[in-house]
Formats: sequence, C-alpha cells, structure tokens
Amino acid sequence: MEAKFEPRIVAFCCNWCSYAGADLAGVSRYQYPPGVRIVRVMCSGRVEPVFIFDAFKNGADGVIVTGCLPGDCHYVSGNLNAERRVEKTRKALEYLGLGAERLRLEWISASEGMKFAEVMRGFSEEIKELGPSPLKSQVKNE
Amino acid sequence: MNEEEEIRIGVFVCRCGVNIGGVVDCDEVARYAATLPGVVCTSVNKFTCSDSGQADIQEHIRKYNLNRVVVAACTPKTHEPTFRVCCEEAGLNQYLFEFVNIRDQCSWMHIWDHEGATKKAKDLVRMGVYRAKLLEPLEESEVAVDPNAVVIGAGVAGMQAAMDLGDMGFHVYLVEKEPSIGGRMARFDKVFPTNDCSICILGPKMVEVARNENIEIMSYAEVVEVEGFVGNFEVTIEHKPRYIDMDKCNGCAQCAEECPVEVPYDFNEGFGTRGAAYVPFPQAVPLRAVIDLENCLRSEGKKCNACTKACDRDAIDFSQEKRYSKVKAGVIIVAPGSVTYDPEQRNDYGYGIYDNVITTMEFERLLNADGPTEGHVIRASDCKEPMRLGFINCVGSRDIKTNVHCSGGVCCMFNMKNAILLKEKRPEISCYIFYIDIRAPFRGYDEFYNRARDIGIRFIRGRPSEVIELENGNLVIRAEDTLKGEVRNIEVDLVVLGTGIVPHKDIEKISKMLKIPRAADGLLMEAHPKLGPVDTVLEGVFVAGGASGPKDIPFAVAQGSGAASRAARLLVTGKTKIEGITAVSDESCIGCGLCVDVCPYGALTLDEKENRVMVVEAICKGCGTCAATCPVGAMEQRHFKNEQVEAQVKNLFTLA
Ligand SMILES: Cc1cc2nc3c(=O)[nH]c(=O)nc-3n(C[C@H](O)[C@H](O)[C@H](O)COP(=O)(O)OP(=O)(O)OC[C@H]3O[C@@H](n4cnc5c(N)ncnc54)[C@H](O)[C@@H]3O)c2cc1C
Ligand code: SF4
Ligand code: SF4
Ligand code: FES
Repeated sequence: MEAKFEPRIVAFCCNWCSYAGADLAGVSRYQYPPGVRIVRVMCSGRVEPVFIFDAFKNGADGVIVTGCLPGDCHYVSGNLNAERRVEKTRKALEYLGLGAERLRLEWISASEGMKFAEVMRGFSEEIKELGPSPLKSQVKNE
Repeated sequence: MNEEEEIRIGVFVCRCGVNIGGVVDCDEVARYAATLPGVVCTSVNKFTCSDSGQADIQEHIRKYNLNRVVVAACTPKTHEPTFRVCCEEAGLNQYLFEFVNIRDQCSWMHIWDHEGATKKAKDLVRMGVYRAKLLEPLEESEVAVDPNAVVIGAGVAGMQAAMDLGDMGFHVYLVEKEPSIGGRMARFDKVFPTNDCSICILGPKMVEVARNENIEIMSYAEVVEVEGFVGNFEVTIEHKPRYIDMDKCNGCAQCAEECPVEVPYDFNEGFGTRGAAYVPFPQAVPLRAVIDLENCLRSEGKKCNACTKACDRDAIDFSQEKRYSKVKAGVIIVAPGSVTYDPEQRNDYGYGIYDNVITTMEFERLLNADGPTEGHVIRASDCKEPMRLGFINCVGSRDIKTNVHCSGGVCCMFNMKNAILLKEKRPEISCYIFYIDIRAPFRGYDEFYNRARDIGIRFIRGRPSEVIELENGNLVIRAEDTLKGEVRNIEVDLVVLGTGIVPHKDIEKISKMLKIPRAADGLLMEAHPKLGPVDTVLEGVFVAGGASGPKDIPFAVAQGSGAASRAARLLVTGKTKIEGITAVSDESCIGCGLCVDVCPYGALTLDEKENRVMVVEAICKGCGTCAATCPVGAMEQRHFKNEQVEAQVKNLFTLA
C-alpha cells in the first residue's frame, strides 16, 4: 500500500444531471481513476454535512458534491442550498484541520460527460498532491 | 416490515455481454458478494435484463424467499424501471430493489484496469448490499390524469401531435407564439428531397388543424407558467392583445392596405414591408388580421384610425389588453422548433455589411412565388438577377468560434435544394456550393446530391476563409479547395450563407419553466437519445421536432406523432402512478420552519397548533432538500434516509 497513493474520492451526484453526466462519461469511455466512488442522491440539495464527515471518517481523501447547473436543478433550487451547505462544510473542514480543499462542489449537466471525467481526474490529481487524509490512519472498517 | 424479519438479500451480477464481463471479473464479484452479511444467494447472468435474466431473479426470489434484491449491472437511469417491475411481479415491493452501476461508472470507466475495476465493482456491490439491508417498502400513489393536452409550438411537429391527439378524442390546447400556426415550413418555397411546394402540402394540414373540433388553437399566445405534476398540470397562458375581434374579422386585409405604417416584413425575413395592421400571410391560420401596437402610430400618441375606417366589419378593437388564462392538462408536448444562426452578430463573410450576402432563410423567401419578389431572385445592390451564386455551408455550425455542432445534414440539404431549384429554372446560372462534408443520410437524399451534381452545380470542398466585395457589388469567395489542394478565388454575384441550426431564444425559458435539461447544443434533451427520443425526464412532458435537435420535416412529423402516442398512453388509461419517494416528518419536529423555507414547491406547511411541519405528499417531488436542512433530523426523505445513505458512505472503501 505504501508504494502508490491512489486517492479515494466520494462523489455525491444528483440523479438528474451529474449522475447522468457520469453515465455519459462511461458511455463515451472518458476515463477517470477507479478511486472515485459515486453515491446517487435525488438532488445535490439532499447532501448533508454529516454525509460528508462520514465519508472522511470512513477513509475518503476527498469529497465532491455535484449537481445541475445553476438554474437547471430538477427541483428548481436544491443546488443553491447545496452550495450554501458545502461552503459552510468547507469552513468546518478547515477548522478541523482536514483542509477545505478536500471538499469541492461542481455543476455538471447530463450532457457533460467529458467534463465529468475531467473534473474527477483533476480533483483526484489535486488530492494526490495533498496526500492521504490525516483521518485515514485512525480508522478501520466496521 | 416487521423489525425482526431476517434480511435475505439476493445479488445478481450482470456481464452485459462483454460490456462488463470483458473488464470486470463478475464471478469474483459474485463470490465476494456471497460473503457479505445478509446475502443468501448470488447469480451471474450474461444479460440480467433479458427475459431469462429476469426470470432468474424471480426464481431466486421465490426459491430463497428473498426480501431484498441487488442488481449489479448498468445504470438505473435506463434499467431501474425494468427491475422494479420484475421484483413487483415476484411479489417483492419494488423499493426493496437496489441498483449498483458497475458498467457506466466502472467497467466502461476503467477499461484498461481490469483489476482496479473488479475491486471497485466489489466495493460498489458492498455499498449496495449495506444500503439494501436498510431499504423500506414504499407505496406509490395513483393519480388521475386529466384528459386534456397542451402543445407548445404549432410548427409541423406540434401540429401533427395536436392532430393525432385530437383525432383520438382528447382536447388539445395548441399554443403558438406567432399570430399564425405553421412554423418554419410555412415560409419555404419547396421542400427537399422531393421539391414539392411547401405551403401546398402544409396549407391543407393547417386548415385541418383548425377544423379539428378537439383542437383549440391559441395563437399569439405563450405558456408562461406550469404548475402541478403528471396528469395534473395547471398551465398559465398569456394571450397577447391582437386588437382584432376574432369573431368579426374575416382576414380580408383591408386594414392592412390602409395602414400608413411600413415596417420590415418579418414573415419575408425583413424583405419588403407590412403595415402595423397586417394579415401574417395569405394562408395564415387563423386567417385574421393582427395589429402590432409597438409600430402603430397610436403608440406615438398620434390619432390614426385608418384601420378602423377601412374595416367594414367593425373588427378593430383597441381596448383589448393582455390577458391570462389557466387550463388543466394531463400531459404537455413541447415543440417550439429551433432557429438558424444569425450571421449579423459577427458579420460572417460580410453579412450585414455587404448588400449581396444573404442567408438561406432569406433566399427561401426570394425563391418563393408568394415572397417579396414573386419568386424572382435578385440582389440588393442593383436589383439585378445574379448569374453566379456561391452557397456556403456550415455558417455558424461545425465551427469552434460560433457553434461546434452539426446541423445534422439539414443545412447541406437546404443549400443543395435552393441551388437545384434555381438551376433547374435557369440552367445558364452557375452555382457553387462550398462544403466541409456533404451529409445526405436518408432515403432519396444521396440521390438528391447526385441530381445536384448531374445538373452542373459545382461542389468545392473547403470552408471559405473570406468573402471580398468588389466595387460593382460582386463578391470574391476565397477558399482552399481541399480536394485539389489549391486556393481558389471565385467571383460570384450573390453569396448565400447556409446558416446552422441553433436554439430558439425561448428554449432557455421553456427549459427552466418545465425543468427539462438542455443538451450540449443548447436544445432540449430527451429522456434517452435512443430509447426515449420523445420523452423527457419529466413524467407527462414530451418533446418533438426541431426543439430537441436538428431535424428535417419527416423526422419532425414522426416525432410529433410519436410524442402524441406516448402522451396518449397516459390519457387513455386516465391514471398514472407517482413515485413513493417523498419527504416524511416525525414528532421530533421542533417547528423551526427552516425546511418550509427551502422547499421549492411549497409542499411543507407549519401546523402552528401542533408546532410541527406536515408534508403534502402530492406536491412533494422528493428532492430531499428539507431533510438535509432539518437541524434535528425530524425530516427524512424516503428511500434516501440518513441511515440508508450513510450505509453506502460507510462501505465505500475497503480499508486495510
Ligand atoms: C432554411 C431552412 C430550410 C429547410 N428546408 C427543409 C426542406 O426543404 N425539407 C425538410 O424536410 N426540412 C427542411 N428544413 C427543416 C424544417 O424546417 C424543420 O424540420 C421543421 O420546420 C421542424 O418543425 P418544428 O415543428 O419542429 O419547428 P418549427 O417549424 O420551427 O415550429 C416551431 C413553432 O413553435 C413556435 N414557438 C416557438 N417558441 C414558442 C413558445 N415559447 N410558445 C409558443 N410557440 C412557440 C414557433 O413560433 C413555431 O411556429 C429546413 C430548415 C431551414 C432552417
Ligand atoms: S380587421 Fe377588418 S379590415 Fe382588417 S382584416 Fe379583419 S375584417 Fe378585414
Ligand atoms: S423533499 Fe423537496 S419537494 Fe419534498 S417537501 Fe422536501 S423540499 Fe419540498
Ligand atoms: S437535481 Fe441536480 S442539483 Fe438538484
């Protein structure tokens, strides 16, 4: 395990845009590293800080919340709530010493398969630079 | 479900032919799944979604008395409904089914990393199994479907949809923004590939629409608000004042003749003029005058009543005001078409600067016997007939500077059509078509291309770099002929820009109003590009025609019929089910009202007496924003409860 650090990324994707964008990335074979794991929610607005903390507690090196482009949320404004919440959670992560950079928010539409892959590759690279999450050494599987 | 019930999970791994099986070691995934708590059986299939694959699931449900099913296969976006039904049929509540995507987001994603993909597939299955354990059965509520339909846009696609539904006996509100129905096709002279007269085939159809007793045409009107949900939409329509009493007017156009105002005639792409009072075009439906007050002298405070005097039916009514109406509809069909790229914005090839550079749409009007020149093609600088014409394809399409998308062959075809029409009328005229590739894909289209070549239209393969105007108004088109490998400077009398298909400016509004996503080209997105071409992600809302991608007329008509038949499924049965995923609150609610503020639909109400929030389930769409907002965890989203999502999150990674 020492040899190579492959970041573990949890991506919360909304059902309508970004999850479909992730599917399109697959259909088009735009590749990104296997360390990225997708959790589907109906809307980015569903993602609570506790989900994000849980992800870190359980070994994630980075968390990304993705939703529809502003104005395009399937539920009108869920993504705007997500934006506010992620901003606050980033502050909390900074305070906790994990670093705000480990949490990101991105708007990816259902037609942006290429963007989905690019964002995941880019985020994964950034996390690689940051190194493993400081929390990781302290946790084990249930 | 009773608390003590033993969890019995079946895991079904799909090879999807080689799509998954070629990358992920599916047997290994199944072996691993069998070791997870609660899993009592596993199975690997070549195609789990096939008849035999589904039968396999049902057999396992019965044989092992399963109360949870996990399928590791493709994407829930396309296949969740299939497996949900499969489970229901075997007596298992469909919400006890969990989908794990190991294709789109695993095997296709990590094609070169078989080991990594297999490992990830195992992780994903583990997530799914842990989540499945906590799933709860949900009931879908059944709602009645109102037997009316709203069709937005009365081009050839919308008209077809309205007629089909009308013929089936459903009441249709056909809402058209312009004063007449007909759309773009009403403006063409001839239509490829047969080159038959456009209005001669469209005109009778327009009349049929008007005659259909189930269709209520709302012209000069727009949908401004849509509320409700499948089966129960409440649609608000804005009716622009026409200043004409529709019952009295008979479309004689006396008013138009007497109106002293002259504004560029929009129907003729700005060629010629019309009055502020005008009849849209001779074949308009409804054939009634309209007064555009913006250009009327009265809006400048002048006391003109030329039209009132001219009208012997007393049909002019300046007291009319904008009004709104509300209608109920079970389904909505969206068919607002698309437009062509406007080269004025960048002065492409001198358009807007040089008199003798025009667009295809303008050329269509010049060619039209009903057009501004009665079908004689002349050029603006000297009103002479051009003897040499250059048609440039892909202006504002397949171009990284403006729009990278291709117009799907429509613009190749319409430029060829116009060159053929001219050349067949006057063989001595020279026509050049500058193209990147010719896209002529359907029946009769390649033959059309051959016909163009046979009659002497010259095709030059190359996108022109520039057009230069000479003193006499002639133009030199400079292009690299990529087949000959040389730069050519060809002098012509008139340049016609084959402008690409781009979204109508209303598309953004419509997409926001109805929440239909847009594709990369800015046009509306269908539910599935292959299998749901006229559905949208919204239950009860369908798309047809040019609004969801460049299309020719037969394609637009077929989609109109397609959308009508998809919509009719709901109208005929008169009922539909809505998903069970809604918000639900419990007694720990402290009545803070934070969730009430974030709900985009107003589905939450604060019961002041009980000091507790209640969910109106018929309005709730199940986004879960309220659940994420609640500070005390009193609000939950069914099927995405905290513990259900957290079970996934906790099992994302195998930790060393
Ligand atoms: C220059 C040119 C030449 C062509 N020649 C041919 C040909 O020869 N043969 C062929 O097969 N195809 C041809 N086509 C393609 C053809 O025009 C389309 O396939 C067809 O018009 C699509 O029909 P539609 O009903 O989808 O859209 P449209 O015909 O564009 O109709 C859409 C209607 O919706 C209305 N609308 C828009 N927004 C709203 C709103 N918000 N509310 C209410 N109403 C709204 C519009 O006013 C319009 O009436 C050509 C296209 C172009 C651009
Ligand atoms: S308003 Fe009167 S004059 Fe104008 S078209 Fe109608 S009937 Fe004719
Ligand atoms: S789930 Fe969404 S739509 Fe339903 S009540 Fe909560 S915020 Fe409103
Ligand atoms: S549905 Fe995609 S962000 Fe709300």
